[in-house]
Amino acid sequence: MGVPLSYSFRNLWTRRLTTILTALGMALVVFVFSAMLMLAEGLQKTLVETGSSDNVVIIRKGSATEVQSGVDRYQASVVETLPEIAIGKDGNPLLAKESVVIISLQRRVTKQENYITIRGIGKSSLALRPQIKLVEGRPPRLGTSELITARSVAERFEGSGLGETLRFGLREWKVVGVFDAGNTGFNSEVWGDAEQLMQTFRRNAYSSVIFKLRDPNQFDAVKRLIENDPRLTLEAKRENRYYAEQSEMMATFLRILGTSLTIIFSIGAIIGAMITMYAAVSTRTAEIGTLRALGFKRLSILTAFLLEALLLGGMGGCTGLFFASFLRFLSVSTMNFQTFSELAFDFRLSFDIVWKALAFSLMMGFVGGVWPAVRAARMNIVESLRAT
Amino acid sequence: MFILKILIRNAFRHKLRTSLTILGITVAILAFGLLRTFINAWYGGVEASSATRLVTRSSISLIFHLPLSYKDKIRQIDGVKTVSWGNWFGGVYIDEKNFFANFAVDAKTYLELYPEYILSPEEEKDFLRDRKGFVAGQKLARRFGWKIGDLVTLRGTIYPGNWDFVLRGIYQGRDETIDETQFFFHWDYLNEMLKKRNSTFADTVGWYMVGITRPERAIEVALAIDKTFKNSLAETLTETEKAFQLSFIAMSETILMAIEIVSFVVILIIIAVVANTMSMTYRERIGEYAIFKTLGYRNWRIAGMIFGESLVITIIGSLIGILLTFPVAKIVGKMLSNYFPVFNVADEAISMSFAASIVIGFLAAIVPTYRAIQIRIADGLRRIG
Amino acid sequence: MPPIVEIINVSKSYRRGNQMIPVLIDINLDIEEGEFLALMGPSGSGKSTLLNLIAALDHVDSGTIRVGGVDITALSENELAQWRAVNVGFIFQFYNLIPVLTAFENVELPLLLTGLSRKEREEHVAMALRIVNLEERMDHYPAQLSGGEQQRVAIARAIVTDPAILVADEPTGDLDRIAAREILDLMDRLNRESHKTIIMVTHDPKAAERARIIRHLDKGFLNNVYSQNPH
Repeated sequence: MGVPLSYSFRNLWTRRLTTILTALGMALVVFVFSAMLMLAEGLQKTLVETGSSDNVVIIRKGSATEVQSGVDRYQASVVETLPEIAIGKDGNPLLAKESVVIISLQRRVTKQENYITIRGIGKSSLALRPQIKLVEGRPPRLGTSELITARSVAERFEGSGLGETLRFGLREWKVVGVFDAGNTGFNSEVWGDAEQLMQTFRRNAYSSVIFKLRDPNQFDAVKRLIENDPRLTLEAKRENRYYAEQSEMMATFLRILGTSLTIIFSIGAIIGAMITMYAAVSTRTAEIGTLRALGFKRLSILTAFLLEALLLGGMGGCTGLFFASFLRFLSVSTMNFQTFSELAFDFRLSFDIVWKALAFSLMMGFVGGVWPAVRAARMNIVESLRAT
Repeated sequence: MFILKILIRNAFRHKLRTSLTILGITVAILAFGLLRTFINAWYGGVEASSATRLVTRSSISLIFHLPLSYKDKIRQIDGVKTVSWGNWFGGVYIDEKNFFANFAVDAKTYLELYPEYILSPEEEKDFLRDRKGFVAGQKLARRFGWKIGDLVTLRGTIYPGNWDFVLRGIYQGRDETIDETQFFFHWDYLNEMLKKRNSTFADTVGWYMVGITRPERAIEVALAIDKTFKNSLAETLTETEKAFQLSFIAMSETILMAIEIVSFVVILIIIAVVANTMSMTYRERIGEYAIFKTLGYRNWRIAGMIFGESLVITIIGSLIGILLTFPVAKIVGKMLSNYFPVFNVADEAISMSFAASIVIGFLAAIVPTYRAIQIRIADGLRRIG
Repeated sequence: MPPIVEIINVSKSYRRGNQMIPVLIDINLDIEEGEFLALMGPSGSGKSTLLNLIAALDHVDSGTIRVGGVDITALSENELAQWRAVNVGFIFQFYNLIPVLTAFENVELPLLLTGLSRKEREEHVAMALRIVNLEERMDHYPAQLSGGEQQRVAIARAIVTDPAILVADEPTGDLDRIAAREILDLMDRLNRESHKTIIMVTHDPKAAERARIIRHLDKGFLNNVYSQNPH
């Protein structure tokens, strides 16, 4: 049995100001650390939930995004005849020929311009994305200038709320519905009839063809069929894979930024812990001598001081995590460099992040405390007793 | 001078602790300087933009093209000197990871409008003569080891197929704010190929760059251009180059704001560390402060000693940090050159770093000073034991 | 019965700069069980060093020290720690209580190194505190106790494991006369009633008077003159 835990804890309590300052430094680092992880997690989650692995996205070969892509009517009709396409409840194939462009909308408050994706949809588009739920109004009637908007767009952009009107391409577009797409990329989109939008923007090619597979295992076969057909210059991707690729650059950017910030900041906090622990050891030299004279081994002394440092780290970690958890109520919208359009996502707290942040804070305490603890354990009994 | 000697001696009485604190400040100031530089780099394009250039694009969004025929109408507007145009090409060199900006421009007018891209007269002549020629910034050319006369193939993402170009010129920026990672080639070449393919993109341009006679007339000319095309099939939006660049930055402002906040968090962290050091120093020296008081030292002198020591530590740390910012920014800039073509340490970042160190020094000394002044001589002396 | 402490040809020197300073020179001393010995001498005479060697806080340069028949100069660092926990109780000039622990917890510290259950530990601590007559102050922190009370807590800590030997380094050096007398009375009682062997370093003749035997150290040599106090 070693030195009691209460010894480490009460020593921290006795030097409250120092303990609070040190733990505060660590708490700030853990806050940044968890905020970055929560952001990355939110982005990841958004991307995973946007696409379904049963759905296939067909775009022009070589184009990375739907916006760059073009699928002409003939090629689209070739794809339409594939027997592997699932049939919906209404007897129609679950396939949509969509047209995707970017328009700039004005923020309600700041009047700032943001680029928003506008998706021209077909009859089955909604059926293909069961994650999208209409929360207000009704779906747009095909063949009219009616739109539905995602909730986060409806709230933030001028003219995009239910019953309001957007004006572009010399036409007025009435918003007849608002949809909730959960935490998906569709949450930053506006939808209308594909044919109407193509007419307005004077495009004669679709951007993409989306369909659901009758049997998800047939993806490889379908992909081979499409990509080897001499009449087609298209490529096929699973829908979830397609969306993941779209934000790869963004995710990498956040990851690099988060990791490097955390590393640099943690150096500062570790130094803080080290200063505190070295001071703790030097002011308690006589105590260390006494404990050793009473028969406590070097290892017990080492453990007691390490525990103190770990407690310090743990306190910082819990505080940082506590404040970081409030970020869950925030959502972030920013331009995705790859698609040029807005992408909104939330901070997400997962169990994984909680333990990572706590482990990280304990690690900071450990690194900051290990040298001082070793110094304490290596003290000569006689000399340390004389330090009274 | 005597005072400074005492301050420095006091600061280094606890060598290990002071060195650790200085190291902490150095790291924090370095991080702060880099983050400020990072934010500046984001605004890089804005700084380099000229007040005598306007950008005209489709009012719907940048992905919509304008008819080529607009160029003559714009040229006729009063106040317009030069009209050039370009298309975003979006080509990929070998692999997506090798990202760099590449676009097709009307070569002669473009070079006229952008005097900050410095090209030797021979190279300029060669470029203008070669239909398949292209010009690259010197950083870009260095990155891929391209030499004049090299054949470079880009894979089109917007315009399908493989496109061959020959390097005819390598430009240098007029000063260090100029992006030297661009790739531009003849719009005529692109258009010719598009016409051959019967593409709907033929005879359309992504944006017009409009040189104006006097910067004061920018708004007036911009309004005149947009009015000309009002209620046409392709309405326009014209703004100064600066506003155009800023509108891009605004779209990713959330990230920028986060970085800005985080850059101040690091200062908070280090304030906690330095305040801790100062409060320990204070606790150890209570007896000494009592002796000073006995000797008749006034409170302000004691306050001066604590503040002075705190400032000595933070200033030493921040000076080292600032000196390190330059070489480290160079390395980071090289690593991030895909994202940020221009990554220079701005004077503003340096002065902010220095100001931060003063703030840290002051804030960290407040509580210990307050306590030292409050202490009664008898109590202080008793603690010497 | 052999002596409880046998010190045979022990020498010890310290390095100061690049000079070796001899502190103890060829010391021979036997201490019988149940003895109350005072070691006296001027500063620097080596009395504290000798005490530290007996308590195994320090290592000899040459010679042998046997305590209760065990050659403690041959034990390893960890074995010594264990040995100290069981065989020696310490009393220091500045009490050396742990400021963040209560009187009770301070006394309990050495028991944490034994295999006793929580309840047994509580009983032992209570008993030790009863002996030093501080039962009612066991929840106080050292800062809330007077110097004499702190030293009594330290004595309770020293006897709680029921060691055969108590070593005391200037136990009254920091106390006023009345408190000092109380402490010495207590030590006297421990020696007489509980038959503890006590080795005490002091330069206070009043304190030394209470011991049964006084030995003088001077410049590293044990003076052959020794006085026996009449009791």
